[in-house]
Amino acid sequence: MSQTVTPDSDPVQENDDVMVEIRDLKTYYQGTGLFDRNPVKAVDGVSFDIHRGETLGLVGESGCGKTTLGRTLLQLETATAGEIRFNGTDVTTLSGDDLYEWRRNAQMVFQDPDSSLNDRMTIGEIIREPLDVHEWKTPRERKQHVRELLDAVGLQREHYFRYPHQFSGGQRQRIGIARTLALEPEFIVLDEPVSALDVSVQAEIINLLEDLQEEFDLTYLFIAHDLSVVRHICDRVAVMYLGHIMEIGPTEELFTDPANPYTHALLSAIPEPNPTSDKERIVLHGTPPNPRYPPSGCPFSTRCPARIRPDGFETLDDEIWTGIRILRELLRERRRAERSIRERIRGRLGYETRFGNMDETYQELFGELDVPAEVEDILQSVIEHASRHDEQCAIDELNDAFGSVCDGFVDSVEDETHKPELYTVSESGRKSYCHRHDETYREPDTVFEDRSNS
Amino acid sequence: MTIDDQHTNERPLVEVRNLQTAFFTEKETIRAVDNISFDLRAGDTVGIVGESGSGKSVTARSLMGLVEKPGRVLQGSSVRFNHLETVQEFSKKFSKRTVVVDSVAEQYDGSMTDLFGHESVDITPQFFGYEKPESVPLADILAAGYGDKLGLVDANDCIFITEGDTDTIQDGFVEITRLSGEPQRQMRGGRIAMVFQDPLTSLNPVYTVGNQIKEALRLHQGLKGKEATQEAARLLDAVGIPDARRRIKEYPHQFSGGMRQRAVIAMALACEPEVLICDEPTTALDVTIQAQILDLLTDLQEQTDLAIMFITHDMGVIANISDYVNVMYAGEIVETTNVERLFSQPKHPYTEGLLQSIPGAQTGDRLTTIDGNVPTPNEPATYCRFAPRCPKAFEECEHVHPTATAVSTDVEDHTVACLLYPEDMDTTAAVEHHQNKSEQTTVDTPQSSMEVNQ
Repeated sequence: MSQTVTPDSDPVQENDDVMVEIRDLKTYYQGTGLFDRNPVKAVDGVSFDIHRGETLGLVGESGCGKTTLGRTLLQLETATAGEIRFNGTDVTTLSGDDLYEWRRNAQMVFQDPDSSLNDRMTIGEIIREPLDVHEWKTPRERKQHVRELLDAVGLQREHYFRYPHQFSGGQRQRIGIARTLALEPEFIVLDEPVSALDVSVQAEIINLLEDLQEEFDLTYLFIAHDLSVVRHICDRVAVMYLGHIMEIGPTEELFTDPANPYTHALLSAIPEPNPTSDKERIVLHGTPPNPRYPPSGCPFSTRCPARIRPDGFETLDDEIWTGIRILRELLRERRRAERSIRERIRGRLGYETRFGNMDETYQELFGELDVPAEVEDILQSVIEHASRHDEQCAIDELNDAFGSVCDGFVDSVEDETHKPELYTVSESGRKSYCHRHDETYREPDTVFEDRSNS
Repeated sequence: MTIDDQHTNERPLVEVRNLQTAFFTEKETIRAVDNISFDLRAGDTVGIVGESGSGKSVTARSLMGLVEKPGRVLQGSSVRFNHLETVQEFSKKFSKRTVVVDSVAEQYDGSMTDLFGHESVDITPQFFGYEKPESVPLADILAAGYGDKLGLVDANDCIFITEGDTDTIQDGFVEITRLSGEPQRQMRGGRIAMVFQDPLTSLNPVYTVGNQIKEALRLHQGLKGKEATQEAARLLDAVGIPDARRRIKEYPHQFSGGMRQRAVIAMALACEPEVLICDEPTTALDVTIQAQILDLLTDLQEQTDLAIMFITHDMGVIANISDYVNVMYAGEIVETTNVERLFSQPKHPYTEGLLQSIPGAQTGDRLTTIDGNVPTPNEPATYCRFAPRCPKAFEECEHVHPTATAVSTDVEDHTVACLLYPEDMDTTAAVEHHQNKSEQTTVDTPQSSMEVNQ
């Protein structure tokens, strides 16, 4: 492999084992609105290492930033801040010829084999294209190399002159993999390589990927939302949520004994292929927040089943907490929802607008619950503010009363910058991003047990 | 759900018998659904599982009457909707298309043996599961579409009364494969509703969600204006969308993926259908959202006693939601049983293969796979379609078409289409058993049925 990139002037003394070092990486998509210039924080400060020869899994719900992270690692997106040191070279600073040369080292396999192959090119041309682009040896040798690659991924040499539509989904994914391997990269980002395939075909592709890894000494970043696939193929797993790494550590350990509440919830949501299983499912409410307006404090605080509750309200009923959570989400949404002039006028004149009436919402959320008087007073005043379309005031009041360290409140004072830390939670160096690991609070495990019993 | 309660207990709500759907292309005839039979019962969920291309979705579309040209449901297929209230209502509305089976029998002067001897009837009594021609009920023949050529019923007739007469209907059914025009529109959506895989394509982007729900309410229940708006809000609330009053005035793009699928479910339930067909409703969603939707469907089923047909390729989802499972392969049902038995004692080699290729369930280094792909069923089955991929295949598999058989004589609700069964027969006897059965029931001349059903 010819690599002409010169290492940094002061090469960092590091473990030989580490191939990619990511430090405080941020990728924001800048807003283009005239008034609303908040960026979408797709990746919001992640740090981790990828060791040579390992398969690191990256899992999370859609929209959590896992694909953006993968693309940023390959410099397909420009990092907003932070460093990606690839064999000691910070690739975020590369440009022009250096970047072009470096890209040989790092390649990507895409999710949908249908759209990632050009219909009008033959299989041979598709796989040869990266070789042509990088002017690899002579055209004759290129052709020979493509034939060898077809062999390596389990296709026939005769397939060279066929077109993508003549192949099944699994075979097309093999073609994509062959193209990725053409330049003999060291590091491959696999972006959901099997999620568009049937189970039995999935298994074939996973076997192929494992064989290739052994044969060519590859390092994989395996992006997926299917956790059972990840459990099989990955050595270590990173769980992502809203641009943050929530937990990272060895696969088996993370699956059998998850530390972070989000990992808990994610794992318990996988339907087990066993109808007699009586596993208690933690069903998360709602959906991940908009990454343009992430919550202050911990990113998972809006849905967390083990959220730290403020002093004085610890004994409050779970259902009331759910109600408060939904109410807060609603207010946050309403604050951002655009109100047209027509709607403002309709509201003034007392007509019904799409914002409806807050009392009804209150009835929906808390009508059937036994709300303690103290809590009810606060909620009523929140509803009053909201009815006057003063959502900000309503949210402030709600936060004053029910905000905790998870929402970025320290001693009832809002501190937006107050985020959890990555605590090391096991001897193997597994890390988890949650306030609960702080000594002053109880561990998530015990909280789950308590709350499911109550 | 009062009068017919007894009936639903003894008779399934929907009886699918010998359903065949074929697509007639210039090149070949693709038998996407090839002679399948199963039942749907109120309050039960029937799962249909299989790889892509096995005919799951075409089955669903055949039940909904959504098969488009060049596809067609063939003669001999029967899908009965045994809901007494519906039969009573439909026979009042569409009296011209109602048939009293007893009076048809009185008019017909030949014997049943003559009937089977008629040139337009290309089937044997065994096709309906009877030994002798006399024991075949006339209703079966009429429902399967053989009455038209014999001059017994009009091509339009689709409501059959088997007990009582037009004024006092005690029993009867609506034949779904014969529906067209207005009764079909009322059946589709009103009695049988469907939820599709991708919520974004089943919602219209230029109408508000509320408008789309109100459309269904207007067409099927005649609700308009404020009433309809209130009902739409109630429905959204029932499927767990908070702040429904505001949400009904929003557009699909303002909803998240999970919310959209909830809205689609609300729309499907708007007309209080008896049967809900879900075609991979959670495949496009994240696991955490999938868990929410599965919970929602279970709750709704408990409240309304819905019969659900759930199509998926995810064995984990099947284990969680279904009561009975049909495993489909290349247009045929290869195994049918309750969910516990399917997972604890899978019998068909294909089912075994499917269960083994789930990545999370395996401990070994390599994943077990089923080699090869699902074949396109483009000719009548005279052999086992799974044989080329089957690890247990033997010579007879290439020549004898397996028919659905009880696993062994003492197990009732577990049928397999495989030459290795019944278990208590030795292989030669079992092969003979299948051979006899398939000779009796095969329709060799699909050509004639193609013309008749035009």
